[in-house]
Amino acid sequence: MKNTSPLKWFASREGLYYLALALLLVVILPLALDPFRLNMVGKYLTYAFVAIGLVMCWGKAGILSLGQGVFFGLGGYCMAMFLKLEASTPEATAIQSTPGIPDFMDWNQLTELPWFWEPFHSFSFTLLAIVGVPVLLAFIIGFAMFTRRVGGVYFAIITQAIAAILTILIIGQQGYTGGVNGITDLQTLMGWDIRTDEAKTILYFVCVGLLFVCLFVARFVQNRKLGRILVAMNAQENRVRFSGYDVAAFKIFVFCLAAAFAGIGGALFTLIVGFMSPSFIGIVASIEMVIFCALGGRLSILGAVYGALLVNAAKSGFSESFPELWPFAMGALFIGVVLAFPNGLAGLYQTYVMPLEDRLFKRKPKAAVSAPAKPAPAARQDEGRDYDPMLDQYSPEKS
Amino acid sequence: MNAAKAQSKDFLLAVEGLTVSFDGFKAVDDLSFYLDPKEIRVIIGPNGAGKTTVLDLICGKTKATSGSIKFDGKELTRLKEHQIVHSGVGRKFQTPSVFEDLTVFENLEVSYPQGHSVMGALAFKRSAEVVAAVEDVAETIFLKDALEQPASLLSHGQKQWLEIGMLLIQKPDLLMLDEPVAGMSVAERKKTAELLRRITKDHTVLVIEHDMQFVGDIADRVTVMHQGKVLSEGSIEHVKSDPKVIEVYLGH
Repeated sequence: MKNTSPLKWFASREGLYYLALALLLVVILPLALDPFRLNMVGKYLTYAFVAIGLVMCWGKAGILSLGQGVFFGLGGYCMAMFLKLEASTPEATAIQSTPGIPDFMDWNQLTELPWFWEPFHSFSFTLLAIVGVPVLLAFIIGFAMFTRRVGGVYFAIITQAIAAILTILIIGQQGYTGGVNGITDLQTLMGWDIRTDEAKTILYFVCVGLLFVCLFVARFVQNRKLGRILVAMNAQENRVRFSGYDVAAFKIFVFCLAAAFAGIGGALFTLIVGFMSPSFIGIVASIEMVIFCALGGRLSILGAVYGALLVNAAKSGFSESFPELWPFAMGALFIGVVLAFPNGLAGLYQTYVMPLEDRLFKRKPKAAVSAPAKPAPAARQDEGRDYDPMLDQYSPEKS
Repeated sequence: MNAAKAQSKDFLLAVEGLTVSFDGFKAVDDLSFYLDPKEIRVIIGPNGAGKTTVLDLICGKTKATSGSIKFDGKELTRLKEHQIVHSGVGRKFQTPSVFEDLTVFENLEVSYPQGHSVMGALAFKRSAEVVAAVEDVAETIFLKDALEQPASLLSHGQKQWLEIGMLLIQKPDLLMLDEPVAGMSVAERKKTAELLRRITKDHTVLVIEHDMQFVGDIADRVTVMHQGKVLSEGSIEHVKSDPKVIEVYLGH
């Protein structure tokens, strides 16, 4: 992809897939849906951030984390703490025995703001913390695990345990965290009311914008040598190590990257939904996030976005009619995906839809010898290389 | 002690008193041997003699219980695997371990000794130098025409060559090869012997091999291991006629 101007890139096959997603999220859905439904799509999209991170971490590098909810939650709680402080002005909380602190603290007989809440008065600190806190925790976990060569199912179990611990901690420390109810009754962001339809629509577009930023960051990483090392590490960890790479450092990096994405997703979730609670970050929530990624296709960052959208849409649809059946449907879905199409929707797309596209646009099949009569409509400068949505990259350059 | 240190400086690799014990079982037991620069040394011995374990110890995959491994005057037993690689030791595994999901080109590119840190790997660019180095090595390992193929499509022999190529591009001073011709056809064996002979002009090579014909073809000196110890050492003729070696390994 050397010397590719952005304009040309958008005309490439990969670029068109990104454009299609942008068209769907920026034009079609906002036009087709009322603000309430659009807000729901925004909520689903916040999970797509986590799913993109899981593609990098699990799909590419083979590190299965069953605790991404932790990072999602930390990002979400950071944002919620800021919003809660803004909502808890001394005037608004005048009826409390200690005015000026969040209501749940007052109910729990706290008389002053805990020290770790103090910095969340600052919006710039909050923005930093939304990424920084999840990354710091991911770094500590990653450092402790990966330098000791803990991996595979053991790592998955430990991340799951951390998700459980964090949930229990938050529920148990009600006075500091809002407990099982979470942090609720959030109203304004820097004086801007986030509860109006207009605000929700704007937040939706902010979410879409940031999602594309994360998509491009992930795409950048996977197209660099770093991305190839992640894939290589997945299958032949020892060979990577004896090619002179510190495998633990690469695992820590990708785990932190996934945590950063999840943190951003969590913060947006708080803004879009209007509250944050432990139910969004525990074991079940974390496993659901893995399902979004698996259904979309764990090797494709674009697939992960569709996976998050579709599973969540199905969840809402199902829950509206048969609330008690959803967990079973989701379980069945997961088993179905793992058994029948392990590479998810992106894998199916590659197998069944891409050949159709090839025929439709008269693309040269891979091994075609004869030159086509005229260039295909979406001809690229790197004709002959095929975009592979499973790996979400082009087949290697012909030299 | 000082005398031994001074002495070991003349060798590229000096293994002294190397011992590793797994739950009391000494897989390598007080082993000492020395490699001269540009030497081709072959280690032979019956199954379970500890040959592969010796390579594991040198490249850091297994940690020694006691003893020292001095490479170019540097103590390796205290270094991590990737640091050992950076000090110039390359290791090929017994079963071909190449990156099946990547192309031959990418396999070699990933092994190119540049951009080994996380940030380095993020900033790494496929420069003309890298391309030249990859093509050069591909030529040496007979895979020039297969550069764009995924490594998963290579034959067993080609994978072995690719892995040797992945070592070569690291420009190591010491190459360690664990049974490089195992499972190869006669033609592939010949080509591999030719390849190794070419490589050894600029490298010191430590090889584990069973095929005595092949050993005779390439070895400067042979070390015979048995039960974690050196049983015999010398030229191929010397070890072939050593009654102890005939007894435990070659058979009558």
